Amino acid sequence: MHMKMLQKLGLGIFLAALLLFNLLLFMGNFRLTEQKLQQVTSPENYEILRPELEPILGKTYSTSFAFSQDFKKYFGAYNTRQQENEQWDRVIWDDYTFAATKAASEGFVANNKLLLLLLTVALGTAGALLNILPKYRDEPAGIKHNSVMFSSNKSRGVIGIILGAYLIGIYVLLYWFPEFIVNWTLLVDPLSQLLSGGPASQWFLYGTIYTLAILVMGVRMFRKYRGNKYQTLRTSSVMFFQLSFAFLIPEILVLLNKPWHDFKNIWPLDYTFFYDYRVDGFLNSGSIGMLMFVWGILLIILGVPLMTYFYGKRWYCSWVCGCGGLAETAGDPYRHLSDKSLNAWQVERWMVHGVLVFAVVMTLLTIVNYFSGFELLGQWTNTLHEWYGFLIGAAFAGVVGVGFYPLMGNRVWCRFGCPLAAYLGLVQRFKSRFRITTNGGQCISCGNCSTYCEMGIDVRWYAQRGQNIVRASCVGCGVCASVCPRGVLKLENGPEQQRIVDIPILTGNESVKVLS
Amino acid sequence: MIEAKPIGDFCINSRGRRIVIIGNGIAGVTCARQLRKRDSAAQITIISGETEHFFSRTALMYIYMGHMKYAHIKPYEDWFWEKNRLNLVHDWVTHIDFEQKQLQLQQQEPIAYDILILALGSKSNKFGWPGQELKGVQGLYSYQDLESMEANTQSCARAVVVGGGLIGIEMAEMLRSRNIPVTFLVREQEFWDNVLPQEEAKLVGRHIREHHIDLRLGAELDKILDDGTGKVKAIVTKDGEEIPCQFVGLAVGVSPNIDLLRNTALEVNKGILVDEHFATNIPDVFAIGDCVEYRTPPPQRRPVEQVWYTGRMHGETLAHNLAHQPVPYKPGPWFNSAKFLDIEYQTYGQVPSTWEKPTGSFYWEHPDGRKCFRALFDEEKRTLLGINAFGMRLRHEFFDEALRNGTTVEQVLEQLPTANFDPEFYDKLYPSILQAFNQQFGTSLQPRKKKEKKGILSIFGL
Ligand SMILES: Cc1cc2nc3c(=O)[nH]c(=O)nc-3n(C[C@H](O)[C@H](O)[C@H](O)COP(=O)(O)OP(=O)(O)OC[C@H]3O[C@@H](n4cnc5c(N)ncnc54)[C@H](O)[C@@H]3O)c2cc1C
Ligand code: SF4
Ligand code: SF4
Repeated sequence: MHMKMLQKLGLGIFLAALLLFNLLLFMGNFRLTEQKLQQVTSPENYEILRPELEPILGKTYSTSFAFSQDFKKYFGAYNTRQQENEQWDRVIWDDYTFAATKAASEGFVANNKLLLLLLTVALGTAGALLNILPKYRDEPAGIKHNSVMFSSNKSRGVIGIILGAYLIGIYVLLYWFPEFIVNWTLLVDPLSQLLSGGPASQWFLYGTIYTLAILVMGVRMFRKYRGNKYQTLRTSSVMFFQLSFAFLIPEILVLLNKPWHDFKNIWPLDYTFFYDYRVDGFLNSGSIGMLMFVWGILLIILGVPLMTYFYGKRWYCSWVCGCGGLAETAGDPYRHLSDKSLNAWQVERWMVHGVLVFAVVMTLLTIVNYFSGFELLGQWTNTLHEWYGFLIGAAFAGVVGVGFYPLMGNRVWCRFGCPLAAYLGLVQRFKSRFRITTNGGQCISCGNCSTYCEMGIDVRWYAQRGQNIVRASCVGCGVCASVCPRGVLKLENGPEQQRIVDIPILTGNESVKVLS
Repeated sequence: MIEAKPIGDFCINSRGRRIVIIGNGIAGVTCARQLRKRDSAAQITIISGETEHFFSRTALMYIYMGHMKYAHIKPYEDWFWEKNRLNLVHDWVTHIDFEQKQLQLQQQEPIAYDILILALGSKSNKFGWPGQELKGVQGLYSYQDLESMEANTQSCARAVVVGGGLIGIEMAEMLRSRNIPVTFLVREQEFWDNVLPQEEAKLVGRHIREHHIDLRLGAELDKILDDGTGKVKAIVTKDGEEIPCQFVGLAVGVSPNIDLLRNTALEVNKGILVDEHFATNIPDVFAIGDCVEYRTPPPQRRPVEQVWYTGRMHGETLAHNLAHQPVPYKPGPWFNSAKFLDIEYQTYGQVPSTWEKPTGSFYWEHPDGRKCFRALFDEEKRTLLGINAFGMRLRHEFFDEALRNGTTVEQVLEQLPTANFDPEFYDKLYPSILQAFNQQFGTSLQPRKKKEKKGILSIFGL
C-alpha cells in the first residue's frame, strides 16, 4: 500500500512536470533587438535585414506564434522582392526564424533556464522513476501483462488516442515549426553549452528527451522483465548505445570542432551519409573524418552482412539502433498493437522494400552527381533529397514512427519504412544462421507470441505447425519466446541446414506424416 | 509404415462426399484442415454451438487476465475458412439420426452427411454438491463459461476455487490478476500430487502461496451456501469451516461431452468408444478428441486423454485415414506442458506420482526452489523412462528421440547442453544437475555438446 502511494505520487509529479513543460511554450515575451539580430545572423545579412526588420525590432510580442509570423512576413517580403526582380544572388536562403525567435524570447523562461530545467525535465524524470522503480516489487518474476487489454493507454482507448495525437503534434512542431518550441530549447542550453559548447538547437532538445525516454523506460524494462537475462541485456545494450554513441559522443565531437556524427548509424537509415555536405565534412576533418567515412562504409558493406549472418538482424535492430532503442523501451507498452493480418504483411513487404529502392536510387544519383561535378543532374538531387527528407525522414520515421506508437504499435517505422531494416531483413531471410526454433509439438496455439510480436509476425502460425520462424522482419526482440507459456520458442544461431523446412513435422505423432 | 486396411472398407469414399464435423475445437479443426489438403473435392462442414470460429481453449484464461482479446486467441484469420472451403455452421446439434444420416440443429435446417465426425470435447464435472447450481458457482471450459466468470466476479470480495488440477490453478491465477483474494481448496495432501511426485508438488505449492493464494491442502468442499437471493454467499468445507465468498470456481476435472449420444445406437462408456482408427460402432461415424474413449488404449496410454496435443494428433490421424489408407493411431512418447503461475512445466515420457523398483529416480532442485529436474529410469537397463522439468525449457525432439531409442539416463544427462531450450544468456543449469547426479550415483559424467562448425568460413558452407 505504502509503495502504491509512492508510485501514484511519482506519476503525479511526472504529470505536473509535463504540464509545466507544456505551459512553458506560452510563457515569457518575444522581443528582437538589433543586438540579438546581430548575434544570430551573418554580418552581411545583418546589414540587409536590419532595415527590413525595422518594424519589429524592439517590439514586444507575447507569443512565439505572433512573433515568428511577423518575422517571417518581413523577412519573406524582402526575399519576394529580390525574386521578382530576378536578383537571385541577393535572396537570403538561410532560415533565421528559429534562431531569431529563440534569441527574442525574454522573461520568465529565458531568465530561469536552469531552475525550469530542474522543475520540468529533471523532476519529470524523477517522478517517472519513482513510479517505475517499485513496480512488481511484491510479485515473483514472470510475465507482467495483466490488464494490458483493459488499459485505455495501452489499448487504443481515449488516453492512448490523446497521447498519440500529442506525440504527433510534438513531431510536427519539431520538424516544421521549431520556432514555436524555442522556450524548450532554452531550457537545455546549459546542458548543450556544457557538452558541445554551443546553444541548443531543437535537435539537441530532441536528443536529450529521446535519450531520457530510453533510459527511464529502459529501467521500466528491467522491472518488467526481472529475471529474464535476454531482455535485461538487450535493454542495457540499447540504453548504452543511445547514451554514448547517439547522444554524448556526437556532441563532444562538435566541441572538438568535428562534424556531428553517430558512429552506429548506418546508411540507408542514415540517408544523408553520402550527401555532399556530409562527405565534404568527412574529408575536411582530418583523420577522424576519414575514420567516420571509412567506418561508415565498412558497416554498410561488411558489418551488416557479417553480423546479420551470424546473429540475425537483431544485433542491430534490438541491441544497437536508436529507433529500435526507443521502440523497445518507451514503445514496449504498445507492442501488441501491431497488425498481425496477412494483409498487413503484404503491405509491409511492398512498402519497406519500396523505401529501400527509393533510398538506394537517391543515393546512387547523389554519388553520380557528386562525381560529375553537379553537371549531370544539377539541382535535381536536391529536390529528391527534400522529398525523401520530408516523406521518409520526417513524416514517416518521426511523425508516424513514434506518434503512432499508441495507435499502431511501436515498430511502425521499423516494419514499414526503415530501409536499413529492409536491407538487414534480406540478409536475415536468405543468408543467416539466425532463426526462432519451435519446440516440437508443444504449441497450444494460445496466441501470446503473435499478440506481443511488435513486428506483426504471426508467430503462432509457424509454431503450431512445428516450423521454425525465419522472417525478414523479425528484430529478434525475444518477447515471443519470453511470453510463450509452454516454452515453445527459442531464438538461436545455428547451422544453415534445417533452418528453413517447408514441410515441417510436428513431433509426437508416429502414425502419420502430417502436411502442415 | 504401419499395417493398413483399404479405405473402401473404412468409409464412404465418393467424390464430393459430405463430411460433417461436430465440434470446432483443435480435434475437429485439425481433422478438417488435413482433410482439405488431401481431398480437394469433399464438402466439409464444421458445426459448433459455442463460437463461430475456432479459438484456442487453452488461452481462455488470458482474455480474463487482459493479456489478449478474443480475436487474439483465434489461430486463423476469419477469411481462412472460406478460402479453404470449410463451411462453418454456428449452431447446436440437438439430435443425430444415424439411420437417415442427418443432424437436427437448434436454429437452422437439418444437415445430411455421408461421413460424420464427432469432436464434441468435454464438459466440467460437478459432483452433486448442495448449492452447486447457485449463481456465482461455475466451472471453466467454454467461452460462455468465461463470459459468466466475467459477470460473476464483477464485485467479488473473495473467491474460492475447488480442485487442485490444471484448470483450478488457472482459475486461481485469473482471479489474482484482478486482485481478488482467492482460497484454493485442494483435496490432496499436496498440489496435484496424484500426478506429480512429492517434490514437484511441494514446489508448485510453495509458488502458489508466493502469489498470495490461500492454498488449503487436504481440504474438501462440503456444500455451498445461498445468500437468500440465489447467489452464493459462502462455502463450507468437510471440516466444517465456513468461508464467505461471492464466487466459487469448480475445477474438479472434465469428462467427455456425450449427453447428445446417450441412449442412441452409438456405443459409449465414459466417452465415445473408438477403435485404433477412431471408428465407432456405426459405419461412417468417427470420433476424435476429448470425447473419445479407446477400446484398447495405445501402450502406456490411458483410455481417455483430454489434452490439446492428443486432440490434434487424433485429428491428423483420422484425416489421413479418411483420405488414404487407414493406419492405427500410434502416438509417440508422451509429452505435456503447463504453466503454474510463473513456473513452466514440461514433461516427456512417463513420470507417475509414485514408482516402484526397478524404476529409479534422480531429482535435482535449484536452491531458489523454483526450478527442478527429475529423471526416471530403469535401474537395471539404465534406459530413460521420463523426465519432469520445472522452471526450465527442454527440447521436445531430443527427448522424443531419446525415449524412442532407449537412451540411458547417463547419456541423456551428458547431453543436457543439447537438450537445453532456455533462452540465450540464461544461467546454465546442467553443470549443477550433472554434479548432483555424479554425487548421487558416483559417476563422473561430463557435459557433451554436439560440435558445430562456426567461424567465418561457415558462410561459404566450409
Ligand atoms: C481452461 C482450460 C485450459 C486448458 N489448458 C490446456 C493446456 O494447457 N494444455 C493442454 O494440453 N490441454 C489443455 N486443456 C484441454 C484442451 O483444451 C482440450 O483437451 C481440447 O481443447 C479438446 O479439444 P476438442 O477438439 O476435443 O474439444 P473442444 O475444444 O471442447 O471442442 C468441442 C466443440 O464442440 C462443440 N459441441 C459439443 N457438442 C455440440 C453440439 N451438440 N452441437 C454443436 N457443437 C457442439 C463444443 O461447444 C466445442 O466448441 C485446457 C482446457 C481448458 C478448459
Ligand atoms: S518474432 Fe519474436 S523475436 Fe521476432 S520480432 Fe516478433 S516477437 Fe520479436
Ligand atoms: S505463445 Fe507458445 S504456445 Fe502460445 S501460440 Fe505461441 S508458440 Fe504456441
